[in-house]
Amino acid sequence: MCLAVPVKIIRIDGTRGIGEIGGVDREIDLTFLEDPRVGEYVLLHAGFAIQKIDEKEACETLEAFKEFKKYI
Amino acid sequence: MKYISEFSEPALLKDISENIRRNTADIGKKIKIMEVCGTHTMSIGRSGLRSMLPDNIVLLSGPGCPVCVTPAEYITSAIELAGSKDNIIATFGDMIRVPNSAGQSLGSMSSEKIRVVYSPLESLAIAKKHPEKRVIFLGVGFETTAPVVAHTLQTALKEKINNFYCLSAHKLVPPALKALVSGGGNEIDGFILPGHVSVIIGCGSYRDIGIRGVVTGFEPADILNGINMLVSQILEDRNDIENQYRRAVTESGNILMKQAMDEVFVTADTKWRGLGTIPLSGLALSLIYSDFDASKLLSGRILEEEDPASCRCGEVLRGICTPRECPLFGGNCIPENPVGPCMVSSEGACSAYYKYEV
Repeated sequence: MCLAVPVKIIRIDGTRGIGEIGGVDREIDLTFLEDPRVGEYVLLHAGFAIQKIDEKEACETLEAFKEFKKYI
Repeated sequence: MKYISEFSEPALLKDISENIRRNTADIGKKIKIMEVCGTHTMSIGRSGLRSMLPDNIVLLSGPGCPVCVTPAEYITSAIELAGSKDNIIATFGDMIRVPNSAGQSLGSMSSEKIRVVYSPLESLAIAKKHPEKRVIFLGVGFETTAPVVAHTLQTALKEKINNFYCLSAHKLVPPALKALVSGGGNEIDGFILPGHVSVIIGCGSYRDIGIRGVVTGFEPADILNGINMLVSQILEDRNDIENQYRRAVTESGNILMKQAMDEVFVTADTKWRGLGTIPLSGLALSLIYSDFDASKLLSGRILEEEDPASCRCGEVLRGICTPRECPLFGGNCIPENPVGPCMVSSEGACSAYYKYEV
């Protein structure tokens, strides 16, 4: 029930929009996001965008993973 | 796929698991880590994470499977409501096969009466399409789902869709964690905290419980990283709430979603299957929304039901035993013929064990 997938916003029309993941378009409700933009990635759960994915934090998390290589 | 593939790369998983192995080499005892959320349980099973961990790390599944902790009497209530010719039940898919104590489930009823929906908004559309019927949505889920249901009810109120109802079984994670740690019997060393519930409620919601936990994402690298962060806390004798899922989770969460929940629902003492009644751990409809409350449509008080004899779902949900230790597992209780909810739900521990660990 916690299942949410990252989709890319490709269209916005008021509080509704279209998100794309893996080549498939999904309708998304954007009511719970402040200032969503086309091109941004959001988490989609039960038809609603629940959060924007912070691209900077995602990059930092992946960068931090590289630290593990030092110890191998 | 972006934000999925990068966190699943085999070489990365090998690096992190090697690091965990190195860190735990000198810890003489078993480390018990509980993943609270059913979606974590499935992710762990599907990616074979247990085989990447050293033997002294034990992963236990917790009560974060909303279908698993829905009391059997809720299913009986839903079946009663479905029985009326004026009612249509709309529900998320994994509630369909959950049996009550008499072995009855919604799945045995006709598809005209029971509609599976992906979003609660679809059930509102069904209500608009069938003004002559009452459409009752089964509100099951934690804080990730409750705001979405709240918004649906706000829309129903605004647009005067008066044949729409909700039978709420929504529950809250932090009170369940408090009950788990005070109940004892499982001695959990650390918690993998639910990533998407935390998107809504924020990391701050766990700080007064007194647990060691890491809010964790759902891709394999996220979960391994979360376990590694817990191991570091244990080695350093810290009891902190840390955030591994920083690309999605903040300290205070999603304010708009919390506001929707606060407007539509009030907290109530609620029974969790397997855990008993936990104070202020569930959501009931607030006064303004009481006309949408489907519990008022029930004929009378629905009696509490006992779980089937020998079913150990309750202990599985508290991390006291593993699915394999239940006498019914794999014999009388299999996915095709489930006895308890942990085998029915796609996120249940028993279902995950049966699919991935046997």
